[in-house]
Amino acid sequence: MKTSTLIILAVVCIILFVAPLIMFNGHGEDDGYFGGSDDAASEVIEGTGFQPWFSSIWEPPSGEIESLLFALQAAIGAIIIGYAFGYWRGQSKEE
Amino acid sequence: MHIMEGYLPLNWCIIWFVISFIVVAFGLYQIKKIVDETPESKALLAVSGAFMFVLSSLKLPSVTGSCSHPCGNGLGAALFGPAVTAVLATIVLLFQAILLAHGGLTTLGANIFSMGIVGPLAAWLVYKGLTKANISSTIAIFFAAFLGDLLTYVATSFQLALAFPAPSFGSALTKFLVIFAVTQVPLAIGEGLLTVIIWDRLKAYKPKLLDKLGALAPNEA
Repeated sequence: MKTSTLIILAVVCIILFVAPLIMFNGHGEDDGYFGGSDDAASEVIEGTGFQPWFSSIWEPPSGEIESLLFALQAAIGAIIIGYAFGYWRGQSKEE
Repeated sequence: MHIMEGYLPLNWCIIWFVISFIVVAFGLYQIKKIVDETPESKALLAVSGAFMFVLSSLKLPSVTGSCSHPCGNGLGAALFGPAVTAVLATIVLLFQAILLAHGGLTTLGANIFSMGIVGPLAAWLVYKGLTKANISSTIAIFFAAFLGDLLTYVATSFQLALAFPAPSFGSALTKFLVIFAVTQVPLAIGEGLLTVIIWDRLKAYKPKLLDKLGALAPNEA
């Protein structure tokens, strides 16, 4: 595909995820917006009277530490993808 | 799609563990075979895993007003099949269960089943079906990634409705599908588009390797 097509696809992607931020601008977690779907499901389960019988062996002690580990997860993935694609691009140019 | 630690009755934990264990074991055997036969696919395997690492760390807002994350399992499934993808999903899910308290060790089997088996299986079937029909692999990968993502969340909804059929299985399923699957639709489209971008570059840089893995449509090879 042409580079311009790829850029259009990326822009559509960005619009897709910016749209909810604009649609629900001004709302927040306090009035029930932008919460995680995993947590919503957990609440439904608790509503059936089920008590979780095991809890996580370790939990990030604060939101800061949690965001650190999430950023780390994304960084590990991104560096591998970036390294491989850079290497392949160089390889294919030499051929 | 993460079922939280301890949020599944013990009998279901065991059932999903057994099924997932068998598939992951087969996936490990397949990885060994693929790496022996085509050693140059190692980097591609790492990229498929890394793609899942990145995508499943991104919690994105959806038009339903709640947040969820894509899975990234369509790429690995199209390249290597569902069993290998189950192995890659296990790595991601272990990282999140141990370090982020997302998902859990008791629910690991159930989470591997949805993100590592059902989603990738759907993606793989769609991908193979479309490419066999000589539809461009770039278009096929969009539908593979879209359905792989969406069906992962549908699978989670089924798992939860089976474990908590209150008041009935059908109404529980509807409730979980509304929470998971509806939220997931725009995210799955986004994941499809991102996977297309990655796929296009892969095709440009590594066409011979993709052909060797049998991952291209017959008329592209």
